[in-house]
Amino acid sequence: INAEYGLLNFAQTKNKMFGSDILPYTPIDQIPDIVQSLKQTFKTGKTRSESFRRHQLHRLLDLLNDNSQEIHTATKKDLGKPAFESDLGEILGIRNDISRALDDLSCWMAPKNEGKGFAMITDQVQVIYEPLGVVLIIGAWNYPIQLILQPLIGAIAAGNCAVIKPSEVSAHTAFWLTQTLPKYLDPDCYRVINGAVDETTALLQNRFDHILYTGNSTVGRIVMRAAAEHLTPVTLEMGGKSPTIVDASADIRITARRIVWGKFLNAGQTCIAPDYILVHSQVHDELIDEIRKAINDFYGPDVLNSPHYSRIVSQRQFERLKALIDKATTQESESKIVCGGESDSSQKYIAPTIIDNCSPESPLMSSEIFGPILPVLRINNIDQAISFINDREKPLAIYLFSRTSSVIERIKSETTSGALLVNDTLLHAVVQDLPFGGVGESGMGAYHGQRSFEVFSHKKAYMRRSFFLSQLDTLRFPPYSNSNLKWLFAIFERTYSSNKLTRIVREFLALFIFLTSFILNFVLKKFA
Amino acid sequence: GINAEYGVSQKPNHHNHLHPKTKSSRMPSFESLRETPIDEIPQIVYNLHQVFNSNKTKPEEFRRAQLEKLLDLIENSREDIYQALAEDLRRPSFESYAGDYLAVKNDVVEALENLHHWMAPKCVAKPLPNLTDKAQVIREPLGVVLIMGAWNFPFMETLKPLVGAIAAGNCAVIKPSELAVSSSNLIARLVSQYLDDSCFQVVTGGVEETTTLLKQKFDHIMYTGNSQVGRIIMRAAAENLTPVTLELGGKSPTVVDSNVDIIASARRIVWGRFFNAGQVCVAPDYVLCLESIHDQLVAEMKKAIIEFYGSDPSISPHYSRIINQRHFQRLKAILNADSSDDDAKKQPADVIVCGGEMDEDTLYIAPTIIDQATLDSPSMNEEIFGPVLPIISVASISEAIDVIRSRPKPLALYVFSNDAGVVERFKIETSSGGLVVNDTLLHAGIQSFPFGGVGESGFGAYSGRTSFETFSHAKSFLQRSFAGSALDFLRFPPFNESKLGWYKYAAERTLVGKWGQILRKVGWWTSIGIATWAVVHLIHRRGGCGGCVGFGWLKGCPGRSLIGFSSAPSATTPVLNK
Repeated sequence: INAEYGLLNFAQTKNKMFGSDILPYTPIDQIPDIVQSLKQTFKTGKTRSESFRRHQLHRLLDLLNDNSQEIHTATKKDLGKPAFESDLGEILGIRNDISRALDDLSCWMAPKNEGKGFAMITDQVQVIYEPLGVVLIIGAWNYPIQLILQPLIGAIAAGNCAVIKPSEVSAHTAFWLTQTLPKYLDPDCYRVINGAVDETTALLQNRFDHILYTGNSTVGRIVMRAAAEHLTPVTLEMGGKSPTIVDASADIRITARRIVWGKFLNAGQTCIAPDYILVHSQVHDELIDEIRKAINDFYGPDVLNSPHYSRIVSQRQFERLKALIDKATTQESESKIVCGGESDSSQKYIAPTIIDNCSPESPLMSSEIFGPILPVLRINNIDQAISFINDREKPLAIYLFSRTSSVIERIKSETTSGALLVNDTLLHAVVQDLPFGGVGESGMGAYHGQRSFEVFSHKKAYMRRSFFLSQLDTLRFPPYSNSNLKWLFAIFERTYSSNKLTRIVREFLALFIFLTSFILNFVLKKFA
Repeated sequence: GINAEYGVSQKPNHHNHLHPKTKSSRMPSFESLRETPIDEIPQIVYNLHQVFNSNKTKPEEFRRAQLEKLLDLIENSREDIYQALAEDLRRPSFESYAGDYLAVKNDVVEALENLHHWMAPKCVAKPLPNLTDKAQVIREPLGVVLIMGAWNFPFMETLKPLVGAIAAGNCAVIKPSELAVSSSNLIARLVSQYLDDSCFQVVTGGVEETTTLLKQKFDHIMYTGNSQVGRIIMRAAAENLTPVTLELGGKSPTVVDSNVDIIASARRIVWGRFFNAGQVCVAPDYVLCLESIHDQLVAEMKKAIIEFYGSDPSISPHYSRIINQRHFQRLKAILNADSSDDDAKKQPADVIVCGGEMDEDTLYIAPTIIDQATLDSPSMNEEIFGPVLPIISVASISEAIDVIRSRPKPLALYVFSNDAGVVERFKIETSSGGLVVNDTLLHAGIQSFPFGGVGESGFGAYSGRTSFETFSHAKSFLQRSFAGSALDFLRFPPFNESKLGWYKYAAERTLVGKWGQILRKVGWWTSIGIATWAVVHLIHRRGGCGGCVGFGWLKGCPGRSLIGFSSAPSATTPVLNK
């Protein structure tokens, strides 16, 4: 049911809710030509030089600096985003990544020397990072700027050309991006394509050298199948139900405030938002109280008129979320709305809603909520939480609130998720050096910071030998002889001993050999 | 495609291809392929998932114990491995040693020596607001992984990835190629004999077994083989959102510049091409050589072939055979088409200048060089994967680069040149899985290298630490405390301008530029210097190093009074002043 974020499903394209009055779609017959023209540009080697990459990154930074007002307006129109959330959630991450890329680009681009055995001391052994070619970045509507531009930084830094496909659901932002990007970035190398299912299908028929898709797992499968035809590697950034565990040892007031912030930022339309709470029965009542207080503190008693609270992106999403609330209250006797529940269809507004005592079988628990509804489930011990999480698909994030290190250690080693954040929500996505990506149903591959550069680069193994001492080649050439084999044994075969002392002695020997070969290398290079 | 067979056979009735072997006299101990019953496959995979969920494979001790068992496996069965490869490919034991045995053994040793280090969580840099937090990248196992090997190096292509899978703490299903029958049987026997069979299982069989296997849910699939089957595997993987690593082949070009040592180059090319009778995914597939050295190169190659395999390679014990009848026929077709000059396309006649002999009964094809080949020659259509080497003359290095760039990205590119400018051009202007200058194949033996392709030659890589990373998930771990919660209000609604200013100040990274970076470094080293200096002074003042003459020079240092150390004589200083 939440197929919509990323790509619209087929039913909706028929009536094209956003029509072409806001966002004109790219004509399908032009798409192959656009991709082809980028391939031509890549072949000329234009995007490879460091100065070009630097210049484009600087231009991207200029784009953000010059247009903060426009970004606020566009995201406000699409999602009712407060300017603060827009600055924090959309722009901050991109700016940091650009600054990082500009500062470290030469270091990232430099070939890395690799360890080599004794037998190859005169050789040069390196890993070279080279651009892949033309890459495709498909964004989602919930953070329409960040999910496009942050991967784009990696693509530019790695020296690729890129096709950008913003989500058609966040039409205002997509339109703004289409208008603005060519003014800043080189239009020969980076192009924006707009459209819904038909356009995206046409786009995916072209051969790309990498595809980065942010969205849901249904469309993720479609993208990966399409990529299989061209053997294109993919990075899939998907969502999933990210559990939030509240242990009895946590500071409940701070916990409640941090959860409420993470959940209701962008009205819950965040892929790493806490999806449901597993709370220890001991602190359950206190947590519910504190959550209510936090909502009141943050958005005031009248959330509808709070300027700090976003709206649902589309009528379709609004209906889906409204139905979830209705089902949760009518079908089950146990669960009840303890906070919120109100909605306003004309504004696509849904109040921050807490549903207490939600049953694991409830529709709320069957798929990612992706809206401002927060179900609360009780647990009696940490084992229950672990088995509850492990019975379900691997989530993009797990949030744990606890002061007990044994509990932290158990969650750390016994559950799997894209990320594990202890005692806060969302903030791991801000730390550039942490890989941002999922596992299992929540996706594959990760980016942010230097990883974005690596995602869009190929690590080429580079080895350079000389003809010096080529007489020794006979050792490995036919006709093979047993004595040669013995030489090979002695030079190349590594041995391992489970005895620690032997290993330490060997380490020293290896160090000695390394130093000797290092000196020999210098000596030999004089003659080679 | 005709070479679709290596890896997974595409024809449902693969028994036909195996059949001719039974008649062959070269296989006295022919075994028939033992196949896993198809209806057992879902249960096998299900059981492995259950075992993985019980956390059995996660502790370091378990991984270490299994890796040590794997080391035993490979060390104890060296002769069996030679024997199996001799039966499948009539491969000389020297090549089995270098290609299969050594690759696996060194990788196990590498993993055993570094496992602890690999498994340790890695701390990462943090922005200012997270300064008191703990930020780590944790390597955790993926679950149940599938490793599908090809037939050309059946042990290396299954057991070497298995090292990474075990080291990363996964359960694994191994699917050796059904075309290398003896090897497949041996792998099945050895794995169940040495490794924990509740965690590591071998599934054998052909297309039907593979199809059933691919319907099961895995957490990673590594496939070595060709690009057609690679596509099938990726499509199947998409259904379960399973990440894949595809190790495919491709036509690896070999460029020979005019300034090289021709004799050494010719020998290195011949060795790389005819190793395992050319059935190597990184083998030099065709030669692009400059016209000026063409004749000499061909002459030296011919010499090298005679030197290596004698005047009649069919009786040399150092030369392998083709895997099966189907591949033999495929290669035969290439040779026949390439040597006929009444081709419909009316190409310039390709000349077989060396080799060309073949024997269908023993699946023997002599080391063959096709001279004067063109880009349209039948041998240039797809990966040769056999002992045939077309040579194409080019007028310049630029032409060679154009040829390479006009074709799909290869798994390896070999350049023989002593000109640093030429090497640099290939380094920058071409793309390939690996680039080796002045030799062939050897990069595959370097463990620290990520071994893998790009574009049509595959994606993802393995070997050494890269294998461990391929089979593990890098989990972000961030631990905060409740201590700094007083600052939380800065990011919580209701929002206002001053909050934003503060938050930006704390969290936004500003561009420091080149000089900023230099200044940062200078600042960093200066502060280290000042700290060291202060420590030295403290020791000096406290008299802790009273006997140490090395600090004597400090006594007249004018800085002492500047940073607040009293220069007044104390109880200890007179001792030093003596």
